[in-house]
Amino acid sequence: MSIFLLVTIVCVLGVVGYVLARSRVSGLETDSSVSYHSRPGYHGMHMAIATVLPALLVLAVWAISSQVVIGNVVKSSISQEVLGDSAAREGLTMGIVSSISRGLTLLNAEELKQAANGIDAARPLLAAKGVAIATDASDPMVTAAFRYNGLEQTSTFWRSIVVILAALVCGGWAWTQLGARVKARNRVEGVVLGLLILASSIAILTTIGIVLSMIRETGRFFASVPPLEFFFGTVWDPRFAAAGATESAGQFGLLPLLAGTLYIALVAMLVAVPIGLFAAVYMAEYAGPKLRSVAKPLLEVLAGIPTIVYGFFAVVTVGPFLRDLSAQISGIFTGDASSFIQAQSVLTAGAVMGIMLIPFVSSLSDDIITAVPRAMRDGSLGLGATRSETIKRVILPAALPGIVGALLLTASRAIGETMIVVLAAGVAARLTINPFEPMTTVTVKIVSQLTGDLEFNSPQTLVAFALGITLFVLTLGLNIYALYVVRKYREQYE
Amino acid sequence: MTDATISATPIDAASPRRRDIGLKKRYAAERRFRFYGQAAIFLGILFLAILLWTVVSKGVGAFQQTMITVPVEFAQSVIDPKDKRAEDPNVLLMANYPLLARNALVQALGVDPDDKKAVKAVGGLVSDSSRVELRNYVMENPDVIGKTIPVTMTANGLVDSTLKGHIDLKVPEERRQVSDQEVAWINQLVDDGIMQKQFNTGIFVNGASSRAETAGMGVAIIGSFYMMAIVLVLALPIGVAASIYLEEFAPKNRWTDVIEVNINNLAAVPSIVFGLLGLAVFINFMGLPRSASLVGGLVLTLMTLPTIIIATRAALKAVPPSIRSAALGIGASKMQMVFHHVLPLAAPGILTGTIIGLAQALGETAPLLLIGMVAFVVDYPATPMDPATALPVQIFMWANEAERAFVERTSGAIIILLLFLAAMNIAAIILRRKFERRW
Repeated sequence: MSIFLLVTIVCVLGVVGYVLARSRVSGLETDSSVSYHSRPGYHGMHMAIATVLPALLVLAVWAISSQVVIGNVVKSSISQEVLGDSAAREGLTMGIVSSISRGLTLLNAEELKQAANGIDAARPLLAAKGVAIATDASDPMVTAAFRYNGLEQTSTFWRSIVVILAALVCGGWAWTQLGARVKARNRVEGVVLGLLILASSIAILTTIGIVLSMIRETGRFFASVPPLEFFFGTVWDPRFAAAGATESAGQFGLLPLLAGTLYIALVAMLVAVPIGLFAAVYMAEYAGPKLRSVAKPLLEVLAGIPTIVYGFFAVVTVGPFLRDLSAQISGIFTGDASSFIQAQSVLTAGAVMGIMLIPFVSSLSDDIITAVPRAMRDGSLGLGATRSETIKRVILPAALPGIVGALLLTASRAIGETMIVVLAAGVAARLTINPFEPMTTVTVKIVSQLTGDLEFNSPQTLVAFALGITLFVLTLGLNIYALYVVRKYREQYE
Repeated sequence: MTDATISATPIDAASPRRRDIGLKKRYAAERRFRFYGQAAIFLGILFLAILLWTVVSKGVGAFQQTMITVPVEFAQSVIDPKDKRAEDPNVLLMANYPLLARNALVQALGVDPDDKKAVKAVGGLVSDSSRVELRNYVMENPDVIGKTIPVTMTANGLVDSTLKGHIDLKVPEERRQVSDQEVAWINQLVDDGIMQKQFNTGIFVNGASSRAETAGMGVAIIGSFYMMAIVLVLALPIGVAASIYLEEFAPKNRWTDVIEVNINNLAAVPSIVFGLLGLAVFINFMGLPRSASLVGGLVLTLMTLPTIIIATRAALKAVPPSIRSAALGIGASKMQMVFHHVLPLAAPGILTGTIIGLAQALGETAPLLLIGMVAFVVDYPATPMDPATALPVQIFMWANEAERAFVERTSGAIIILLLFLAAMNIAAIILRRKFERRW
């Protein structure tokens, strides 16, 4: 019985339990003069929870543990010489066994009998079903695969029985509990509260998952490449992953990538900050409600456009435009109409990213500027300052910490941005200060190391996790500091 | 004494209003400052306009496709020369269908059938997909063999580009991809009514293809739909439950603080990091298949959760405490108060936040690249476990193609994506306007 069917059956049992308990209690309630602690619906829910929850828990535990148990039993049944002596060999053998056993489930009874004769009989049968078996498979592995499938079947059979039994027993227990004094509502609410807490801890689990998974893979990466070489290397040349040849690993220097990331982010901030800040000031201090109601949503549309669209815009419009423009300019000044800005460049990626960031800067700073107390404005204007003087001398200094926080948040977004740089910044990892040349970023390299066919033991793919954790730490640091600054600023005026 | 003072500052005494206190300069600075602000807003809106105009002007053409409708002679001598199709179904599968299309066009254009070079060039006017189109037609109606019937076929991508004016015909012939002869043929076919532009349904229903004229987003739309469904089913209940706990039940202690800071930070973690998480946890650790919309949906769920939680908490906060007090006062338990009174009142706000979160997830590309959604998928995914792509990923893949016709397709795909996003956001705004309550 498949897990899906089993879950459906358990849920149906739960619904049946709900209906039965509910109608019984409402019947009893009208018959007798006893007043019940909880409404009939709560008794029904109590019954349903008692039926479903333990059964699903049993199912979850069984599903996780049976894999491990069966794997170990089969492994111990294979002789040591077949299994191989190292952990890697063992993993390989078990991989072959499990792919054979998966293939065997596709065969019918007649073919199974043939396949039991050994690997030479099984291989063509499996190949006919589209399951390719590694060349170093051997007869004992087929036997093990049969054993594996047998155990699996037994396990599935008993799993169904135990789970349904659990549902029935616990449901039955809840049935005997039905009575006037049972605090069904409190119990149900307790379970609901537990579920609420569980849901809110998913955010924590996600963070833990991110940190743990990245640390694990990064650890494996640092096993083959020393951390010093990674963090302080100036050459990025990972080479291609050659199977088994870990010695010829390339060079993994973080610095060119980090420099590219920060450079492009800097260009983006140079575009976004003046435009965004002035727009925010104008919107908060000058614009009438009419202009505000039009301009603010229009600017926010910029934030709603997916970054891939910006990337495409950079590639087909901004890049060629800058290239042709630079050709014109150099044509005027030197007579040689060759472009000095390349289509993929720091400038292209940074400028387009800057456009994307305008609404972040403007809406964050708008909020902060409007939060400056009215009295400060009135005081300055009353002393005869013009509006721009009020803004420059009073409001902006008062809002400065908040604006700095907002800019830090924006910078962290610029550093983590992926799609624009993947399309517009180029892939060549180099250290240069010329913004007209392509540079590459951490995010571009994460994408390029992890697309295509992967082998998860080579440093070429594992380096992506090391890059990822660098990015995570960098942006997290910026965020935490920015949130701290913003929060502190808010307290100042509350 | 007095006289001296007066004579020392005669202008001041005569007209104090003309005293130079730099007002002119200050007002100029004021005007300048105001102009900077206006310019900034104008620039922002200008960028938006250029962006949208670029996409739309490049992309509208993608919704039209050049088709060739020509009487095709389904000659038995070409399809099944040995008359064996009854025994061997492979005959119909393997027949030389492009030859049929070529012969039909050669006849329509009146080209000399012995001129080998010209005949070959004529054959290039239809897309390679005519093979599949004609084959499917013959497989469905085997009795057409031996008859001559008008059939509509897709034109080659270059022909399509030429007809839409994307290819500059002023460029010398040897430097462009279409020869003068081909242009003449195209004009002749258009004049004869054989070649015409039709509404392009292919871009909505076709799967991946290496030829621009037959590439479509069918798989991507289905994949995105699966992912949105998964995000909705998982992120909405979990997000709402988490916010209810944090807003209504959680005691103010260290643990709650940690969760809160955590959620705020998760909202700002770069999306690509979620892709790494998905790769390490869902694919490597749990063994879920690569390229599956299920994994994509799970990753996007984790990414959208903070957005939904933040929106839901704001909506819950907006419900006035008097409602809570009233419910508690007439004897509701805290749980009943939340689920019977507060939650229904906060529902419009929650819904709006959810739609905006979904729109964000729909446009997200980077994490999907890492879990292998960059795949060449031809067949529709039947379940979320099958390989699929997503709308933004499809755009990414097309953006990397060099052909001119793919630029048009990419822009067309972006228009479709933006329309979806616009529809979702407008729905959110309408919901907010309609149900928003001011307390």
